[in-house]
Amino acid sequence: MIVLKRDLLLAFRRRSDLATTLFFFLIVSSLFPLGIGPEAAVLSSIAPGVLWVAALLAGMISLSRLFAADFSDGSLEQMLIAPQPLALLVLAKISAHWIVCGLPVVLLAPLIGLQYGLPNESLLVLVWSLLLGTPALSLIGAIGAALTLGVRGSGLLVALLVLPLYIPVLIFGAGAVAASQHGMSAQAHLSLLAACSLLSLVLAPLATAAALRISAE
Amino acid sequence: MVNKSIDNYKVYMKINWFKYSSPQVFYPLAGKLIPWFAWLAAILALAGLYVSFMVAPTDFQQGEAYRIIFVHVPAAWMSMVIYIVMATWAGLGLALNARLSAMMAQALAPTGAIFTLLALVTGSLWGKPMWGAWWVWDARLTSELILLFLYLGFIALQSSIDDPRRADRAGALLALVGVVNVPIIYFSVKWWNTLHQGSSINMGAAPKMAATMLLGMLLMALAFWMYTVAVALMRVRCIMLERERNTDWVKELSLKTLSSQSIAGAK
Repeated sequence: MIVLKRDLLLAFRRRSDLATTLFFFLIVSSLFPLGIGPEAAVLSSIAPGVLWVAALLAGMISLSRLFAADFSDGSLEQMLIAPQPLALLVLAKISAHWIVCGLPVVLLAPLIGLQYGLPNESLLVLVWSLLLGTPALSLIGAIGAALTLGVRGSGLLVALLVLPLYIPVLIFGAGAVAASQHGMSAQAHLSLLAACSLLSLVLAPLATAAALRISAE
Repeated sequence: MVNKSIDNYKVYMKINWFKYSSPQVFYPLAGKLIPWFAWLAAILALAGLYVSFMVAPTDFQQGEAYRIIFVHVPAAWMSMVIYIVMATWAGLGLALNARLSAMMAQALAPTGAIFTLLALVTGSLWGKPMWGAWWVWDARLTSELILLFLYLGFIALQSSIDDPRRADRAGALLALVGVVNVPIIYFSVKWWNTLHQGSSINMGAAPKMAATMLLGMLLMALAFWMYTVAVALMRVRCIMLERERNTDWVKELSLKTLSSQSIAGAK
């Protein structure tokens, strides 16, 4: 809990980091209409995929910050030798990362969805899918961030490691929104998304803790 | 007396189990095994190619183009099998802290990536005349492509970490995470595919295959297996020398090679 509070406080003191993620999300999703053209029908049909890919990338570029600062100032080593289980501390850090980088994207997404001309019920599904899916992104991404800690060119490497693992979340998330657009129920997709998040909630902190031990050796 | 023999037996068992997990012992053994596997691979590949080009009948629907499957299907099999074998070695290395297991995992990765690429390229060569497109977002093609990404991630991670022990363990963890994810990715891609394309081309439409076709495919698959073992052993020998270059046995080995070369040169 204290780790969570500390990380949130640190993030709040450096608000520009938060803004970077949000602006990145905003810019990436604004590039597509410029590249493709302003036809409303085309835009609303690509909206689920574009918004999800943008959210995925926004979550990914902030991953390198997850452990880097703690690694360089030595507080990570303190966590490694702390009496509390490392996986739990890692989970607190990941939660803070999600609150700082994931939640704002979830809240901003319906606004951009409106720009893409998504109908109201799809906007709701979009928010739900992001809410259920982005925790999985933070959790899986943490494994990649921990593995590449202190490695040269780690930013690009994280992308290579993590993006293939993001694919199921992307498929189910974008699928949920697309299903609601076509008048189908998004229930199945949302359940699968939640399953992905829960599974990674169980496994990812353990894997991340193991990865941190390898990296900080 | 009896106790002593039991003790001896225990020691014997212990040595036997872990004997070949030491690079020093495994190096010459691998050197002896390589020619066997290489020759087997060559002979099986020749036999397989003979069966697939000369013996196997022409497909009445697909004509001669179907013969790509004799390379394509075994390559796709190998790409998946090698990933699992690689992850197993990596997991063993992580659990038992065995150097050689991690080296095996590292040695297998490039071969697996090459087979994945081969499966993708031959698949698209086959797809052009059959489907009229180089690439279709079919579930199997897509998941094979993602498998290639997983291989590349493993190789990139290992090569970007300078400390070999850390590289081994980080790579091992990534391989294990990948193995957990492979079925999830496969099923998600499959469902995505069936949701997006009402009826795509059915790739599983090979109900009755002539026995000779199957034989050719199996021969080629065996040849690929042997090739994989031979190449992985060759690569693991190089990795061993590189990693253990400061040890005595490598020094002795290099001295021996140098002296035999100089003798040969004098003659």
